[in-house]
Amino acid sequence: MRMLKPVAVPLIAVGLALGIGAIILAVSGANPIEAYGALIDGSLSSQKTVGRTLEKATPLIMGGLAVALAFRAGLFNIGGQGQLVVGGIFSAAVGFGFEGLPWIIHAPMALAVGALAGAAWGSIAGILKATRGAHEVITTIMLNFVALNLTDWLASNPWKDEGILSRTPAVEESALIPLWGSFPTGFLVAVAASIGCWYLLERTNLGFEIRSVGLNGDAARYAGISVQRIIIATMAISGLLAGAGGAIETQGVIGRYEPGFNAGLGFNGITIALLARNHPLGVIPAALLIGAMEAGGSMMQFNADVAPEITDIIEALMLLFVATPIVVRWFFSRQEAAEVSVTAGWGSS
Amino acid sequence: MPDHLLPLDSPTAVSDPVGVAAPPALEVRGVTKRFGDVLANEDVDFRIERGRVHALLGENGAGKSTLVNIIFGLYQADTGEVRRNGEVVNLNGPRDAIAQQIGMVHQHFQLVPVLSVAENVVLGDEPTRHGVVDLGEAAAVVQRLSERFGLDIDPQSIVEDLPIGIQQRVEILRALYREVDILILDEPTAVLTPQETGHLLEVLRGLADTGVAVVFITHKLREVMAVADEITVMRRGRVVGHTVPADTDESDLASMMVGRPVELRLKRTPASPGDKMLAIVDLVVNDDRQTQALNGINLDVRAGEVVGVAGVEGNGQRELVEAVTGLRGVISGSIILDGEEIAGRPPRQISTMGVAHIPEDREKLGLIGAHTVADNMVLNRYHHRPYSRHGIRRPAAVDDEATRLVEEFDVRPPNIAAMVATLSGGNKQKVVAAREFSHESKVMVAAQPTRGIDIGNIEFIHRRLIEYRDAGMAILLVSAELDEVLGVSDRVAVIYGGRIVSCEPAEGIDRDRVGRLMLSGADG
Repeated sequence: MRMLKPVAVPLIAVGLALGIGAIILAVSGANPIEAYGALIDGSLSSQKTVGRTLEKATPLIMGGLAVALAFRAGLFNIGGQGQLVVGGIFSAAVGFGFEGLPWIIHAPMALAVGALAGAAWGSIAGILKATRGAHEVITTIMLNFVALNLTDWLASNPWKDEGILSRTPAVEESALIPLWGSFPTGFLVAVAASIGCWYLLERTNLGFEIRSVGLNGDAARYAGISVQRIIIATMAISGLLAGAGGAIETQGVIGRYEPGFNAGLGFNGITIALLARNHPLGVIPAALLIGAMEAGGSMMQFNADVAPEITDIIEALMLLFVATPIVVRWFFSRQEAAEVSVTAGWGSS
Repeated sequence: MPDHLLPLDSPTAVSDPVGVAAPPALEVRGVTKRFGDVLANEDVDFRIERGRVHALLGENGAGKSTLVNIIFGLYQADTGEVRRNGEVVNLNGPRDAIAQQIGMVHQHFQLVPVLSVAENVVLGDEPTRHGVVDLGEAAAVVQRLSERFGLDIDPQSIVEDLPIGIQQRVEILRALYREVDILILDEPTAVLTPQETGHLLEVLRGLADTGVAVVFITHKLREVMAVADEITVMRRGRVVGHTVPADTDESDLASMMVGRPVELRLKRTPASPGDKMLAIVDLVVNDDRQTQALNGINLDVRAGEVVGVAGVEGNGQRELVEAVTGLRGVISGSIILDGEEIAGRPPRQISTMGVAHIPEDREKLGLIGAHTVADNMVLNRYHHRPYSRHGIRRPAAVDDEATRLVEEFDVRPPNIAAMVATLSGGNKQKVVAAREFSHESKVMVAAQPTRGIDIGNIEFIHRRLIEYRDAGMAILLVSAELDEVLGVSDRVAVIYGGRIVSCEPAEGIDRDRVGRLMLSGADG
């Protein structure tokens, strides 16, 4: 177990998932090599596909950070989805609601308002937990439903575009987060957010307080840390990250808010955080991996005639293996057992 | 080794009431047991004789529990043998040990709280009639055993209603019911009040007189001297001495346990108390179930004195400590720190105003195990300069302070980057003590400051308490160890049922009277 370095478990989990995925592919009648070839083709083969991978990874990084940061304070934020859609629609509102602003003001403003809306949404669960003791898993799930219905209503009533579709108007061009060639600029924001989260946790007093509360709430209280304040602050920052993820998606990919378009993005954050073992920098490779699978999944579907659900299955398997390290540990223990049997033969016992 | 400590293989080392020819009830020869890299027992020899009380003495981690667990079949020795009445036996589990009439009372009782005494005693080996458990017969058997060994227990009582000392007797009864003639007790007095300890020692004496071989593990020297017929001392997995009480004294035993001379009696000068630093006035505090735990207590601590609070646990000590440090709200009354009211203020404010706190539970409250030693050294000051500026931490400053404290308090290993969870209990406590003493506070609230740590570290912490007292700190010491309270304090307050029932100078205090006050709130 000494060799069980933090990186090993996710790597083995990914390997196992891809291996079992290959078997499933073979059983379903596809050629696994061809299928995985198409997957790589669709995600990494050209500037355009790499750009797509980065674009897919961007909201995953933000959602993953939201879950990972909350987890470091001992909180399980299931509400990433709700915080994301709230952030998305508010950034859209700023995006289409103001005209004639220069890009340098308009885009950051829309992003900031979306992030703050997510923060506000996340802090509701924090306040409920800190003041009433309501468990954040329950409240964030409930708030997801509220958020989804609220944004649906906003997109089909006060903020509805002309026409029959329930969606907001397109945001002004000045509010878009542009592509730089085929490189999505929003990805830089997400990477900056990862580094920012790392800095927050490791180098600031607030981060020390968050980690202390997550590791031992009683000792944190003894040390004079207000656990309530940290719970609220953490949920707000967590919501801020998810909300910013929704804003980037709105301003950088979709160009408006459309109900249902972001489905599942917030929940994928849980997968990412688990793969990253709640490390803010680990979130980046984890999100790139899942992003690549999503970007390449359609290529796999067309070129290798593989059902799109297969990529979901492989993602689910990764999650399963990361969440149940016992499977991975079994590999290690077999390895150790093999080592022991080698030395035992020398009569050294 | 002092000359009265005879070599282990000397036939005169122990008197042999049965005669030289008869083998001992149980003998352990050359036992070695390894756990990974740790040598828990190394070439251990150990003899248990019928009708004698054998104290197994040693610090935490000396290998005592490993040895008795091997005798009770919970562990198997890597090498060496266990002989019962001269015959080599294989003990592959407690079942084998019980079949060999070996019984054990664990430190944590293995009783079913909601069952009666009789049910607990017969559990697993019930008397039956027509295939149905015969509880009447069980109660009768338990009654007979209880009378025969002077244990004084009602077989019908429900275990969870009984005090700890009586629950322990139920454990002993359970072993006796299985007709053991070797009874092992693992730290039996750790959980008992002084009175209960006295009763237990009488019971053990009585058991030995009926021919049972009694082995009890302890690190309390007073008990060893009071009841043991023989004493085996272990240190770092090895047996380092074997003697009888007549040939030794407490300070010899302590030196053997620790491996160097130890001052058992704290060297101390009389206190020179100054101004009133902490004044607790008519303080009423509730416990977690919102029932009153402190019923209006009054207590003062002056600069330069140690006030010890003695009491059986659960009489309001925890609530007192938590109220003074701000961890618990106050219903009424006041707590005055150097002229300023602190009752009901948040912990951080109280800490900043000058109250340091060594909490009773260092694992749960005092430390964050997954943080480094360095981070734990500044656990409640990380937000002050120079450890941070404008909310940004300054690891170099934290490391400097931690390095200084680790050296000053002799924390081992001296590695400030190690996770605190990897340290031993004594070293964890040194981290807590180092942090709290370094505040230069006006008042130190020390709750069970030496619980579960070695003699060497106890000595160290006690000396520090006195040093800081002499430097003018006001120290409120709360401890369940009467010896500690009496040895360190200048004044002793006894708490009973949420009231201070007595408060008097420690000089010349009557130990037995304090014990009675702790137990009943009155000295009659």
